[in-house]
Amino acid sequence: MSDTPAIEVSHLVKSYAGVTAVNDISFRVARGEILGFLGPNGAGKSTTMRILTGYLPATSGNVSICGVSVAASPDEVKRHIGYMPENNPLPEDMRVSEYLYFRGRLKEITRRMLGPRIDEVLELCDLKRVRHKIIGQLSKGYRQRVGIAESILAEPPVIIMDEPTIGLDPHQILIVRDLIASLRGRMTVIISSHILPEIEMTCDRVLIINQGRVVAQGTPADLRREVLGRSTYQIEVAGDTASLPLLLAAIDPTLSVSAAGEPDADGFRRLTLSTENNGELGEPLLRTLGSQPYRLRALSRVNPTLEDVFLAATRRSWDVKTNDLRKK
Amino acid sequence: MKHFFTLLSHEIRMLLVSPGTYLASLLFLTFMGFIFTTILESYSKAPQEVSPAQVFFQLFWLPVLFMVPMLTMKCLAEERRLGTIETLLTTPVTTTEVVLGKYGAAYLLYLALWGSTGGFFLILRKFSGDMRFIDSGPLLGGYLFIAVSGLLFIAIGVFASSLSKNQAVAGILCFTMIFGLIFGLSFLSSSAILSRDALQPARMAVDYAQVLTHRDDFTRGVIDTRQMLFYLSGTVLALIFSILSVEAKLLHS
Repeated sequence: MSDTPAIEVSHLVKSYAGVTAVNDISFRVARGEILGFLGPNGAGKSTTMRILTGYLPATSGNVSICGVSVAASPDEVKRHIGYMPENNPLPEDMRVSEYLYFRGRLKEITRRMLGPRIDEVLELCDLKRVRHKIIGQLSKGYRQRVGIAESILAEPPVIIMDEPTIGLDPHQILIVRDLIASLRGRMTVIISSHILPEIEMTCDRVLIINQGRVVAQGTPADLRREVLGRSTYQIEVAGDTASLPLLLAAIDPTLSVSAAGEPDADGFRRLTLSTENNGELGEPLLRTLGSQPYRLRALSRVNPTLEDVFLAATRRSWDVKTNDLRKK
Repeated sequence: MKHFFTLLSHEIRMLLVSPGTYLASLLFLTFMGFIFTTILESYSKAPQEVSPAQVFFQLFWLPVLFMVPMLTMKCLAEERRLGTIETLLTTPVTTTEVVLGKYGAAYLLYLALWGSTGGFFLILRKFSGDMRFIDSGPLLGGYLFIAVSGLLFIAIGVFASSLSKNQAVAGILCFTMIFGLIFGLSFLSSSAILSRDALQPARMAVDYAQVLTHRDDFTRGVIDTRQMLFYLSGTVLALIFSILSVEAKLLHS
């Protein structure tokens, strides 16, 4: 049982009235892994998540959660999942503890276990102060945490959260991030988000989808290498830069100046160098540029953010799509 | 059906904490009290042929037309508008349980409201000291009619609520459907269209489904199982349609 992946999706397709929202997505998530789901609006993230929970039926393809097929036994799957939908809908006129009690009973937690478990999740999500408040009167941050508390209430092996940190302030984001990180290893978590640093910090693996297709997947480091395929350095140098390309080619054949700034008051200009070589070129660069009639003021390797990866990956998928269209 | 009672008790609790419920009850009881006093006044002026209970249930359709939409329009429409139906249906509950839970709570409240009008007759008995006013046959028959027909009316309300995200639309739809059931059918049976021989079976069906006739039968103490069956089968049909409607909306959401 423990060697079956927590989530296995193969060739999932979902189309509504002629529009294909999800187009042949396949991926698997190991137990205890935290997967980040990225994609622009309308990429099919929410649809995929809804299919995973058994709320929406798929058009074709197969989804299994903990080895149980969603289409064949949706009730069984729902016992394995904690789900927080997009925009986190909550009833307006219930108290926080009442709501959790009601949800706990629906999720088949026994009455005896439920009381202590509610105390536990209230503590975990820092909701103790508002436990007797009416949900409709809570601020956005509290409501969001009520949603998270609800999704982890029954301690399901798989937790699916659609944009859990949307609308939170930085302090609350930190709490939520710690909370999700504390689930690592015990529960499998899928979160979707627009906040890329968020995903980068919490997730073991990232899946980028666009136009209903998976455009890239892997750890954030893998993605940088795979999608961008090059490293970037920034130097600030003074002196004649006409002979620079030759020198750079001597260090690495693919190293070239990709952007050059205007010289500032001291005669230093900022150059951006890029290379397809992923090795460390800092030392040879320093040695070469230091010994020549150049004055080098700064050298740094630019760490591409997940944002760059995301933009590159989604752009790449657009290109693929337009090429497909041209061929037709 | 494991979760039915959890859902039912949740719904009843939500109805009991909502101010709207008390407002609706207040209006209902004021209105019924007004009708009741009017009846008593007319009895005090001149002798009448039938018992007050029979007259009291003559006007049952008026509160039904307004109360049933008010009680039921919220149940599924609100759930869809807020999106909480999504969290509800991703727990191990079935659509059937959700619909039945909401239906059960609305029906119990409906019964409780009508049941409280029984107090009028108690007061009458206490102060008049005259048993002739309380003819227990029409009274029991009338309440039985309310209970049985309420099954169908509330089911129609739940069905209307499952059709729209908008409470007001659901309420008006429910009003229209119940109006059609009570008065549309009675209009149809008296119209000339159905008097042709070829339409004889349709005419029989329409005659059979006369809510106002059923009411007269019940309050006269005639309890016909065919009429009971009409309401029960109608209820089951409306509830099945509600469940299908909720599920169909999911497929196309």
